[in-house]
Amino acid sequence: MQISDIQKAVRQQKTSISRRVEEALKKIEQNSHLNAFTQVFADQARERAQQLEEQLSAGKNPGPLTGVIMAIKDNINIAGQRTTCASKILENFVSPFDATVIQRLREAGAIFIGKTNMDEFAMGSSSENSYFGSVKNPLNPDYVAGGSSGGSAVAVAIGACDAALGSETGGSIRQPASFTGLVGIKPTYGRVSRYGLVAYASSLDQIGVFARTVQDTAAILQIIAGHDEKDSTSAEVEVVDYATTINRDFKELKIGLPKQYFADGLDAEIREGILKITNELAKQGANVEEFDLPLTRYAIATYYIIATAEASSNLARYDGVRYGFRAPEVDDLQEMYASTRSKGFGKEVKRRILLGTYVLSAGYYDAYYKKAMQVRRLIKEELNNAFKKYDVIVTPTTPTTAFKLGEKISDPLTMYLMDIYTVTANLAGICAINLPAGKHSNGLPFGLQAMAPAFREERLFQLGATIERMQS
Amino acid sequence: MEYEAIIGLEVHTQLLTETKIFCGCSTKFGAEPNSQTCPVCLGMPGVLPVLNKKVVEFAVLLGLATNCQIRRSNRFARKNYFYPDLPKGYQISQFEEPICENGYLEIETEQGKKRIGLIRIHMEEDAGKSVHDESYVEANETLIDLNRCGVPLLEIVSAPDIRSPQEAHAYLTQLRQLVRYLGISDGNMEEGSFRCDANISVRPVGQQKFGTRTELKNMNSFAHVQKALEYEIERQTELLKDGKSVEQQTLLWDAEKNIAQPMRGKEESHDYRYFPEPDLVPVHIDVAWFDKIKQSLPELPQEKFERFLNQYQLPEYDVRLLTENREVADYFEKVAALFDDFKMISNWMLGEIARVLNEQKISINQLPLKPDKLADLLQAIRKKVVSTSAAKKVFDFLLSNDLSVEQAIEKLGLKQISDESEIEQFVERVIAQHPAEVESFKAGKTKVIGFLVGQVMKLSRGKANPQLVNQLLQKKLKA
Repeated sequence: MQISDIQKAVRQQKTSISRRVEEALKKIEQNSHLNAFTQVFADQARERAQQLEEQLSAGKNPGPLTGVIMAIKDNINIAGQRTTCASKILENFVSPFDATVIQRLREAGAIFIGKTNMDEFAMGSSSENSYFGSVKNPLNPDYVAGGSSGGSAVAVAIGACDAALGSETGGSIRQPASFTGLVGIKPTYGRVSRYGLVAYASSLDQIGVFARTVQDTAAILQIIAGHDEKDSTSAEVEVVDYATTINRDFKELKIGLPKQYFADGLDAEIREGILKITNELAKQGANVEEFDLPLTRYAIATYYIIATAEASSNLARYDGVRYGFRAPEVDDLQEMYASTRSKGFGKEVKRRILLGTYVLSAGYYDAYYKKAMQVRRLIKEELNNAFKKYDVIVTPTTPTTAFKLGEKISDPLTMYLMDIYTVTANLAGICAINLPAGKHSNGLPFGLQAMAPAFREERLFQLGATIERMQS
Repeated sequence: MEYEAIIGLEVHTQLLTETKIFCGCSTKFGAEPNSQTCPVCLGMPGVLPVLNKKVVEFAVLLGLATNCQIRRSNRFARKNYFYPDLPKGYQISQFEEPICENGYLEIETEQGKKRIGLIRIHMEEDAGKSVHDESYVEANETLIDLNRCGVPLLEIVSAPDIRSPQEAHAYLTQLRQLVRYLGISDGNMEEGSFRCDANISVRPVGQQKFGTRTELKNMNSFAHVQKALEYEIERQTELLKDGKSVEQQTLLWDAEKNIAQPMRGKEESHDYRYFPEPDLVPVHIDVAWFDKIKQSLPELPQEKFERFLNQYQLPEYDVRLLTENREVADYFEKVAALFDDFKMISNWMLGEIARVLNEQKISINQLPLKPDKLADLLQAIRKKVVSTSAAKKVFDFLLSNDLSVEQAIEKLGLKQISDESEIEQFVERVIAQHPAEVESFKAGKTKVIGFLVGQVMKLSRGKANPQLVNQLLQKKLKA
């Protein structure tokens, strides 16, 4: 059921919120082998459902998301619940406060069914780097669900919730959405408050949404978007009403296809699938054109320098002093730090902290971090120039469909290349969406990525709705 | 060979904002450990800093008062290092782009005025405190108090323009006076709200090149700074004289042993890995905001000094003392608005009031006797309602009694007798009681008049107007 239908149904009492919660809990139970959840809030969700039903029968309106069941990535704080980030170091950390997005969803009437599994501290592209074990793809459990927000993707894909929150730093929503056949949006940097999102790379991180339809994705973003005084990087830019803009005609759309995103390394079937959709859009009146984005080739290197640099600093607070895991049996302070962090963090997290520490070190800063920031600015300019000509840029979301569990985990560089089409949007701070684009002959789905200028999410929804109509 | 010292000072001054630099917690000193903390200053996962604009305003004020260039677009940077009192594992500070640069302070030296350059002033957050010495701490543990964590600081870095411990002292005195005048810091070194580190090297007089420098830390009072510098200058000079070289290192001043000891090597070798703070957007100080801050700049010590000299025509010595502290100067001016014998006000402030402030260890704002009452009291002296000596008793009485000057004089029965006929009666009695002294006077020993005045005063229990007594005695004796 779509969110708009849920709203009608619960108000007309055609659907019981409690029954929907029970169904969701059953789905979680049936799919426990996919390892999508780190925590399930069965009792709290049941209680919340009852409260909402009581409010409704008392004639009150609990909000535009009344009874909408949501799963939350386990790096977003819910007051009184654990925020583990799928790490041993935060295994027992209970957050004393709600993230701003959680507060807004709560006030809108949403129900939180559980926290979802992920790559530790959102570092990874397959959700295999979790202290709690790998997340598996519901379409084929031998395959990865993508990452780092793999658990949130699976939660939506199996019907354990109506929508889920994920977070993105370099593609962590779009890529798993692509691997599981969902809509997933990474909003513009600053569109959604990061207050309460555990930081990986502050200048790239952004909370986003997974849902089964474009309309549902928009309905959730509508609630969580907008300035927050607790996050000074959140923008004071108006949030348009997505519900009224989503169905606007999109006939004279100018679509740019960057050649570099359709070059070597892209699966042929995916290429065909994407071009089939753009051809269809062209038939319907869109102006589709190829163009060059030459700086794309520097995106991955730039991304991994900036992200790891920021991560090395953001993760310094996990030192065993105030909360979280502290290594036992240590003799002095230095050993406590070293042992706590050696034992508390997983391999990939340690790799990135080391890398980030290195690129910020005296003597290397200019060659790596400073240079990367300069390239980032150039990439941003290149995209902004492209947006002078095109309303949206369309590309594949990933070069391949989901890969097998364990296939790339021992080869970090190959794994990093999974983000090749997605990191640009994070570096440039613009918005981007994954839209289901079809099924590969291997039985797994693949996605189309659309990018729009900063704060023009409504364009992505308009295009998404158009493509949805074409496909149905 | 003669040697000279090259000294540069780094001062950290805590700002008197009500809340911390990046969260809403109180900055009040002395609260129960960790009672003034929140998820933001505790560095919980998921928190973000939000800048307290007041800190920017305070920094700009100090920059303007020290002739600095003020940067209109400010970025913060992260200084990364691990320490238990630093919850985030980094301190939010400024690095490449400090808010104030290239200023100077003027100090008084024996050779006259001297400019000490200021390289930079930047904003940053304070760290917490490790607690070892309290009774509730077990021998093998360290507890952390994070109340101070996130309290705003300004770091003020001087150029290596200071040449002696005396100049260092003058610089610190001047700087502390300035932050107090501006109302941005209480400048209390003992409580740690004004802290000073020094970079110091020694070179033969005439040599251009700087010698190898050491860094001195842990000096908790002006006296410590002076002693530590003297110690270190001597140590380095001796080394050079012996043909040895100075090792670049950080030294901690040990105030009990009066020596500076090297810090352990490990704690010294930091690579702070500064990079721009991505959680804060750049702060732009636009023209309107800048002008507003500029307008709030109070009169500075030197300006006040010169104005007092002109306006009140007081000796330089008096003005120096009266303008040393803004509150004292304000007090003076409040009295001066009501009473126009400025020298008399000055005498009382530098005498009685200074004595009380000193004895009771209070600031002038805490003095129970407000300026209007002092004016009333001085007025009473001038109108001969009380004698000067009686006025001192009234003054002391008013410190612990909330009465008007008139009521106090009444209550103490110190109203001066200026009625001639009343005094005449005392005079006649004294003359009658002391024939020998009267004889002496008449025989030319006029000094004896002092004794006789004293007797009259005694008889009047100090209330007779001494001038009148004198006049009347003279008149009677010469008759």
